[in-house]
Amino acid sequence: MSTLDSKIPQGPLADMWTKHKNEINLVNPANKRNIDVIVVGTGLAGGSAAATLAELGYNVKTFCYQDSPRRAHSIAAQGGINAAKNYQGDGDSVYRLFYDTVKGGDYRAREANVYRLAEVSANIIDQCVAQGVPFAREYGGLLDNRSFGGVLVSRTFYAKGQTGQQLLLGAYSAMNRQINRGKIKSYNRHEMLDLVIVDGKARGIIARNLVTGEIERHSAHAVVIASGGYGNVFFLSTNAMGSNVTASWKIHKKGAYFANPCFTQIHPTCIPVSGEHQSKLTLMSESLRNDGRIWVPKKLEDAKAIREGKLKPTALAEEDRDYYLERRYPSFGNLVPRDVASRAAKERCDAGFGVNATGEAVYLDFSSAIMRYGREKAVTSGIKNPTEDQVRKLGEEVIEAKYGNLFQMYEKIVDENPYKTPMKIYPAVHYTMGGIWVDYNLMTTIPGCYAAGEANFSDHGANRLGASALMQGLADGYFVLPYTIGDYLSKDIRTGEISTDLPEFEEAENHVKAQISKLINNNGTNSVDYYHKKLGKIMWNKCGMARNEQGLKEAIEEISALREDFYKNVRVPGEESGKNSELEKAMRVADFLELGELFAKDALHRNESCGGHFREEYQTEEGEALRDDENFKYVAAWEYKGEPKDAVLHKEELIYENIELKTRSYK
Amino acid sequence: MNLKLKIWRQKDADSAGKMVDYEISDVSPDMSFLEMLDVLNEDLIAKGDDPVEFDHDCREGICGACSLQINGEPHGPDRGVTTCQLHMRKFKDGDTIYIEPFRAKAFPVVKDLIVDRSSFDRIQQAGGYISVNTSGNTIDANAIPVNKHDADKAFDAATCIGCGACVAACKNASAMLFTSAKVSQFALLPQGQVEATDRVMNMVRQMDLEGFGNCTNTGACEIECPKGISLENIARMNREYLAASLKG
Repeated sequence: MSTLDSKIPQGPLADMWTKHKNEINLVNPANKRNIDVIVVGTGLAGGSAAATLAELGYNVKTFCYQDSPRRAHSIAAQGGINAAKNYQGDGDSVYRLFYDTVKGGDYRAREANVYRLAEVSANIIDQCVAQGVPFAREYGGLLDNRSFGGVLVSRTFYAKGQTGQQLLLGAYSAMNRQINRGKIKSYNRHEMLDLVIVDGKARGIIARNLVTGEIERHSAHAVVIASGGYGNVFFLSTNAMGSNVTASWKIHKKGAYFANPCFTQIHPTCIPVSGEHQSKLTLMSESLRNDGRIWVPKKLEDAKAIREGKLKPTALAEEDRDYYLERRYPSFGNLVPRDVASRAAKERCDAGFGVNATGEAVYLDFSSAIMRYGREKAVTSGIKNPTEDQVRKLGEEVIEAKYGNLFQMYEKIVDENPYKTPMKIYPAVHYTMGGIWVDYNLMTTIPGCYAAGEANFSDHGANRLGASALMQGLADGYFVLPYTIGDYLSKDIRTGEISTDLPEFEEAENHVKAQISKLINNNGTNSVDYYHKKLGKIMWNKCGMARNEQGLKEAIEEISALREDFYKNVRVPGEESGKNSELEKAMRVADFLELGELFAKDALHRNESCGGHFREEYQTEEGEALRDDENFKYVAAWEYKGEPKDAVLHKEELIYENIELKTRSYK
Repeated sequence: MNLKLKIWRQKDADSAGKMVDYEISDVSPDMSFLEMLDVLNEDLIAKGDDPVEFDHDCREGICGACSLQINGEPHGPDRGVTTCQLHMRKFKDGDTIYIEPFRAKAFPVVKDLIVDRSSFDRIQQAGGYISVNTSGNTIDANAIPVNKHDADKAFDAATCIGCGACVAACKNASAMLFTSAKVSQFALLPQGQVEATDRVMNMVRQMDLEGFGNCTNTGACEIECPKGISLENIARMNREYLAASLKG
């Protein structure tokens, strides 16, 4: 039944990428000047791809909905970026990074892509340092590393809690250099609303100028979608308010298969929901689990007293605390992968041990780390017999230097001092491993249409390891796509400029205009957020951290009914022209209402538990995920057929030749 | 809490704007300032009015999209935060809150509270980068040791989020803090030395072309900066500029 060709090169894994690069077609520099490429999204993947393609000589047009490329949501990534540099001499290697990533993804990622990712990871760090990205350093002037979940080495490079910001500003600066040269034209406050296909090839997009409301036609020889993930289908997530699935969904509707939509990462350490007014959730970086210990009270009565405000966590004796990750997973402890940590938190809270008013929070406690660092610091500072207060003060200084901005962020939101009392945290939607299906060259099932970064599905399987999103975004943009796209474009050197007067452009434009005018003239009664919140509740309750057959079937019905109601009763104020944020939201929510249903359908069909996809029917006696390699060792790529419920499944069988399939264990 | 809001409404760049009064009730102290505006907008939509347009995105203080002059201060009364991180617990029941866009000649209003900050992008395009190709064929990252003290200072300068609060706070609408943060980041790193002369000249030239005012060392920018970017950066840029002019 499958028509998918992943185009994985032949030969041994370690030589594959080099060999492939040697064999693909090149475009000569003079011809590159006659070729246009559109890049949608200017985060780490889009920004780095745009800069590199422009540097190679292509004419690049970038599109982002933000007012500047620098504000893409990659900017919010906190903890770090992985690279197999082995600077710490702790046994890291390309193979080990590859192995950790495949295992971390619960054996649902493609070996060849992951190996290539691990292989180019070291280059990313060299590149970024050359660009002036100010990574954290040791006193000797060399780069510092820390550890992230699911691994036993320190391979994470970081810039305090703002690694994403620094890497994105690096890519943005590389873009700026090309904008200054005239090789990139950046269209900011623009949203892509459709893909234009001419003779079976992606040849342009329809975009809306979000300031004037004008609908514009843009042509190119290839289109790159790097518009990020779709976590906002849950309404509440750590994504930015504007993060959306629209660009990905539009290409899906034009023929790009959507892979593993149900693979979503629920991040274990976020600030818990405080009330109905909440508009987004804030992440507390995974790096905090290097030093923070996660616990809940051992006794139900203590948890109850804490919830009622009668007991302070700091008053609870050590023996009355349940450090449940350390108890269940002694070898990885607090640094188990995200899916495992999230489920463990849910399990404790469901059992009644939650520690805030809603019962949905656990503690992340830094007191042991503060005292440990304080004692170390006292020794190195030559303080003999320090008092406990002195030790604590010194320790707090060390913690502040490492995580200061995160602690400040926490205090501003929660109004509690995390140096003095443990943080309260709970899992929240953070990242989507699923996305547009791509082959080894990052091309979608539409010729000439590529997907990079979080928008594609390729590298993280069913669960992404911490600090690997930044790595993948930059690997795709700086080092993979610029090669592979050349192979495709080498056939376009004689094509010449694509005219935007072609009927295909007109048709796509009319389609977009009709959709906008329908929403504006709907005159319904409910706001866009009303629908988005309802959708989010369905997704969180029935397609969230734990899923079951009945809930998923209900979700499909409910989302479908909600979508129908949306088109009947949504109210979009304002006009088609000019700045209209409600209209922008309405267009995005309309797509989420379709994606949500496909998401549930995918989760329903996958009768196994793996990574972030946990089906209650498929678990071990100890409550761990029960994978079914016999029947589900494949990528589920869905083809659009009019309605989400009619989507057709295509399977890409996953082949593991270099890694032995095992039950994932972090015990 | 119940609050009175006085909000700047302006249809587009070419129309005149004015302050409009609104009342909002049952505001929770745990709401962020922007969530309070979300509630107001839901009310307005229900009533058939146009919601208030404002820039926002990450809502965790890092993207730099949100702005707002709140009671005369960029990002409001709290220190070290952006508007999206400002919580209503900083206000009292019965307060009147004035909400305006960032005001500067180089930041024209787009609509209501949204301004056009593309002048900042153009300053960066004039030289805010190191001209190294992104091929990955550079030297090993650890072949360029950097003194930790300098690396940390470069990082501090690099944490600027480009929100424009410094310009909005300045009586001269100067962009010196913004521009100097990028100049400093590279001036402090060995990688930045090669192009140091051209960088500072080009970025300052563009800053002036955009219509930003001059710096008179008042220091309001540093106080209002949500990221604590230091005035030291302005001093460093002036030094770099002087040195570059002499070479020039």
